[in-house]
Amino acid sequence: MLGVLVSVINGLLVGAIYGLAAIGLTLIFGVMNVINLAHGAMIALGMFALYFITTGIGLSPYLALPVVFAGGFIVGVVVFWVAVHRVIGRAELMSLLATFAVSMMVVGLGTAAWSTSPYNVQVHLPGLTLGRYTIPGNHIVAAVAAVAIAALLYGFLYYSRLGKAIRAVASNRQAAELMGIPSAKVLAIAFGIGIAIAAVAGALIATLFPFTILSGANYELKSFVVTVLGGLGNPAGALLGGLLLGLIEGSVTPFVSGSWTPVIEFTLFVLILIAFPRGLFRVGRGR
Amino acid sequence: MIRKTALAILLAGTLALPGIASAKDIVIGFTTSETGRLNADATPQMHGFEMWRDHVNDNGGIKVGDTKYKVKLVHYDDQSKSNRVQQLYARLVTQDDADFLFSPYSSGLTATAAIISEQYGKVMVTTGAAEGKTYTLGNRYLFQTYTPAHLYLASALDAVKANNPDAKIALIYSNDGFSKAAAKGAADHAKELGLNVVMDEAYDPSTSDFSPVINKLVSSGANVLVGGGHFADGSTLTRQLHEQNADLKMISLLVAPDVPKFAELGDAAYGVSVPSQWEPNAAFKPDFGPTPEAFTQAYKKRFDETPGYHAAGGYAAGIILQHAIEQAGSLDTDKVAAELNKMDATTFYGHIKFASGEDNHGLQVGHDMVLAQWQKKDGKLQKQVVWPKKAQTAPLLYPIGQ
Repeated sequence: MLGVLVSVINGLLVGAIYGLAAIGLTLIFGVMNVINLAHGAMIALGMFALYFITTGIGLSPYLALPVVFAGGFIVGVVVFWVAVHRVIGRAELMSLLATFAVSMMVVGLGTAAWSTSPYNVQVHLPGLTLGRYTIPGNHIVAAVAAVAIAALLYGFLYYSRLGKAIRAVASNRQAAELMGIPSAKVLAIAFGIGIAIAAVAGALIATLFPFTILSGANYELKSFVVTVLGGLGNPAGALLGGLLLGLIEGSVTPFVSGSWTPVIEFTLFVLILIAFPRGLFRVGRGR
Repeated sequence: MIRKTALAILLAGTLALPGIASAKDIVIGFTTSETGRLNADATPQMHGFEMWRDHVNDNGGIKVGDTKYKVKLVHYDDQSKSNRVQQLYARLVTQDDADFLFSPYSSGLTATAAIISEQYGKVMVTTGAAEGKTYTLGNRYLFQTYTPAHLYLASALDAVKANNPDAKIALIYSNDGFSKAAAKGAADHAKELGLNVVMDEAYDPSTSDFSPVINKLVSSGANVLVGGGHFADGSTLTRQLHEQNADLKMISLLVAPDVPKFAELGDAAYGVSVPSQWEPNAAFKPDFGPTPEAFTQAYKKRFDETPGYHAAGGYAAGIILQHAIEQAGSLDTDKVAAELNKMDATTFYGHIKFASGEDNHGLQVGHDMVLAQWQKKDGKLQKQVVWPKKAQTAPLLYPIGQ
């Protein structure tokens, strides 16, 4: 019984990180209607950024997170102006292909530079012992950090001037322009924040598991699931969606063999979509 | 017009290029995983091939009758994907005119390559591919360097039986052909030995979060873990076992702990054992090719790391093929295959003999495995041969925490 409890806790901890990763995706979709297929690549870049900061400068992985965020933001803004800016508002396929191209470039260059052998970021933290089970300390810290970052983002979007501008552009770009908001700049910033969040989520994942430049793909898939669960374009929903996905994984795994987990997970996912086609956590005003 | 002509010449040149080989070259084709999840395992094997080629060519080449042929390796990146293997092996035979083939790394990719090599009637010496099933399909030109998968975990279980016959064993392994075959062999062997298997579970090869599996392992009350898969998953599992204080008396995993990069896991690697096709301190007296010391020294000098069995297997595939060609005195596929069928020899890599029955042709039946364990010497992690006892370089640490 304790085993099931520990498994559920583990699931929730990892779920919080799924949630954070998905926030990056859902923010970009919510604000500019772009499905960012470079999301996984950016998560992977965050992983490598953390690796090089910790091994290069010797900074603690957690102190390195702001640096990864800043780097992710800059990369995001550059990607926005180079690849995304001109296709916003055009057919959705355009932005899909543009971001997919970015993803292919990042993965290709990353493979050439770092091969695809797994990298490790060593984190030594005491775990929490429950009977014979141990919940690793790095999982706990990463989950707390993920929730804290999500809360900060929420505060930023709802209480800061810039955050309000982002929401205004998301809600109606033309009206926002008329109010004197420079919408293109605001979109660039929002895209930068979305990528920065993906990169930080990647960095947190890197403190838990070994990774390669291809590792982002797995979390990109989870992000899509989480995003749809939480309602597209809804950051708070994404966090809850992540926790829910983690909860499902954690409560299913003790009872079935590992290879069955995705089958059950995705069956539940389809059932949820049938019952709640707009996502489970569509709080507030819908699109 | 000039531009078009230049383009045409360039295009023709590009198409013709891979086919160019001087008249005195033996072309050996293969794919390797320069990218993808098998990269860490495949790289040392590739190093083994390359070092063999350079040693042969530095000595003038392979002697076929009165002529010496240089070795030319033609290889492509299969991205660890079998659909690439299928296309590329066909290309190696039809466009690159490969005389002989080596296998890609891993049982899965090799099974795909074997379909092509057999279709075109080319001898393929396989290495890094232990699953036995491929050799039961009636292939005539396939020859295996590795001890088959079902025998991999036998030595680990023998060691458990000798140290703790009441151990509770968990079999946790990757859901791929090779690992499943190894685990099936282990389950059968445990039964023969009367050992108690309390958990038997396969995980997806791309798994990165093992906490659910480890929680189940703890719930099962197991104190010995046997299983694993390849480098990416095996190293991840090892790290998380350490983070979650799984408190096991013995951990024996396939493949991963034998890759030198495994030592980067630090304390988590301590005590983990691995069934190994070959270890540098092996004491074989070769009938042909280098001695184990000579191979190890040359490899260290060139690649700045101690070779594991993947590297040795690559080099061994080379000298096995070379010996067969020299004995046959011909590049003819059937003559070389006949020599391989007859082979019963010792190399630096150990004894080599291929099964010649119709239902298991090409299966490796001469080669034996050892069990190696990561131990500490002067505070530094070092791999020692711990089983069988006659090959020991250090006694087995059992339990690990000892």
